[in-house]
Amino acid sequence: MSSHKEVIYGLYNDEEELLSAVKIANDQHLPIMDVYTPFPVHGLDGVLHLSESRLHQGGFVYGLIGLLTGFLGMTWIFTKDWPIIIGGKPYWAVPAFIPITFEMTVLFAAWGMTITFYIICGMGPGITNPVLDERITDDKFCIAFNKASLEGNTGKVNDFFRSTGAAEVNTKVF
Amino acid sequence: MSVVVSPIREPLIRGSKTYHQITEDLCAATERAPSLAWVLAFIVAGGALSFGMFCIIWTIWVGIGSWNLNRTIGWGWDITNFVWWIGIGHAGTLISAILLLFRQKWRTGVNRAAEAMTIFAVICAALFPGIHVGRMWVVYFFFPYPNTRGPLWPNFNSPLLWDLFAISTYFSVSLLFWYTGLVPDFATVRDRAKGFRKKLYNFLSFGWTGSAKHWQRWEALCLVLAGISTPLVLSVHTIVSFDFATSVIPGWHTTIFPPYFVAGAIFSGFAMVQTLMLMTRKVLKLEDYITLEHIESMNKVILLTGTIVGVAYLTELFIAWYSGYVYEQFAFFNRALGPYWWAYFGMMTCNVLSPQIFWIKKFRRSIYWTFLLSIFVNIGMWFERFVIIATTLARDYLPSSWSLYSPSWVEIGIFIGTLGIFFTFYLIFVRLAPVVAIAEIKHILKAAGDQYVDKNNAHAKQAALHPPVHHETAEHH
Repeated sequence: MSSHKEVIYGLYNDEEELLSAVKIANDQHLPIMDVYTPFPVHGLDGVLHLSESRLHQGGFVYGLIGLLTGFLGMTWIFTKDWPIIIGGKPYWAVPAFIPITFEMTVLFAAWGMTITFYIICGMGPGITNPVLDERITDDKFCIAFNKASLEGNTGKVNDFFRSTGAAEVNTKVF
Repeated sequence: MSVVVSPIREPLIRGSKTYHQITEDLCAATERAPSLAWVLAFIVAGGALSFGMFCIIWTIWVGIGSWNLNRTIGWGWDITNFVWWIGIGHAGTLISAILLLFRQKWRTGVNRAAEAMTIFAVICAALFPGIHVGRMWVVYFFFPYPNTRGPLWPNFNSPLLWDLFAISTYFSVSLLFWYTGLVPDFATVRDRAKGFRKKLYNFLSFGWTGSAKHWQRWEALCLVLAGISTPLVLSVHTIVSFDFATSVIPGWHTTIFPPYFVAGAIFSGFAMVQTLMLMTRKVLKLEDYITLEHIESMNKVILLTGTIVGVAYLTELFIAWYSGYVYEQFAFFNRALGPYWWAYFGMMTCNVLSPQIFWIKKFRRSIYWTFLLSIFVNIGMWFERFVIIATTLARDYLPSSWSLYSPSWVEIGIFIGTLGIFFTFYLIFVRLAPVVAIAEIKHILKAAGDQYVDKNNAHAKQAALHPPVHHETAEHH
């Protein structure tokens, strides 16, 4: 994910301080690299102008694939491949196909979305992503700037952190 | 960014916790050596599990004849236990998924443990369809895969196969939902750990960093998983009820089974959650996170679903009379007055009568009565499945075929074994993972922590007097 980046980051003690700081950073046109929090903070997506996740659309498509696989699969098996008269019902027993079709829809949607989520976030079993500070998953809220994108304006960033009440400011190299 | 919270809501997190204290309290059980209580419980559960494994191996080695199933009672303790365990599993999904959709903040105190309970209960349940077939070594025949037997396909029109798909889907989707929620919490434990534990939790936390974009996607994923898990849980127990309802047996062939089974599943599931939570909060000292509010809310659900189950029983009796169909009428005479009358009596007392005490607030908020009731409800629900299955099969259409059933030691041993599996897994879970959802508790701290009650009340009054103009993005939950 990162190859030799130098990151300046500030830690805040409260999510409300974090939200005001992000708003101020936007006003000052400071290029935020990323924001890290110990839990999802409401309003943060808005102030960071994060685009809506397309996972929902993905989930819909995966579900549709599951539905078609289940329904068309059973249709082919029971009308073309080996049709058997079961209980006097027609070969294409649509009401009987519904439960399995539904389960396949849910199965594909859930697995598809979950695997997609981990892939697009760059996560997976045994994958290690660099951690800026171990207290972020505890009780610290972090705004991080990539030094390269600041074009030498590190003073402006340090002033920003000081004025918004950051508890700590540090630098780290990945 | 104060939250508007109704002033009648009681706090859900007590003790004026800070975010750091929450981390400390909830990671503690995974970081210290197991207590004596844990070790003793593990020995007992492990012993039960071992005996159960022995009985299962005996069943395979000696044959299904070591069970007392015979004409006409082809299903006895095996399917009773299967439906009982699946029913218990439903509470976890309900708490996680349905309460998320209904924006009930109190779910965060119990959802992690309840979801874990679901997974372990489904494992116990799934054992029975596997081992009750007789030729367990070809049980893969059930799955629709291209084979050299024709290719021979399973019967997609049979509820028994719908069960296979439903329960496999339910197990894997519940596992995904549970694990997705666990990833940020494993990251919390990882960042506090050293040495081997750090390596372990590093593996388990999948590289979670806490990035805002990742949290956004995480919430989107959890919401959709909740959205599809809700109809899933309703469909799973409906399909289980179809195992009976699609037959022609009097007392089974009735359209009330789907809603009746689903309500009964939620009923017994919540009772098991109460049993586990009351013990967990005491032993792990988590009374500040699993408060009387949580317990009372779950008791209200138990009261509601227990009453629905009671109404279903009365409906069955009414319809049996109203239909004028002698076989249906006999089925219920037999249940109440026949050779298994004691099971029917136990079922009625435990399921219909006993939860009614939760109308009284004093009992709803009493730990002692809640624990007692939760055991009664689970026993009652076991009797319900036994009454439906064994009693009905013992006395169906043809009197010359009537027979009786009582379990062999092997069947009893397998049931004890599943209790052992369940509690062993739960005890391992308690040591390995945070029992309460850390990130979600922190997320509701400002809305539901007891130190914020006055502030939120004041804010609610302000909001009522001066309704705000909507200018920020809507809240997710």
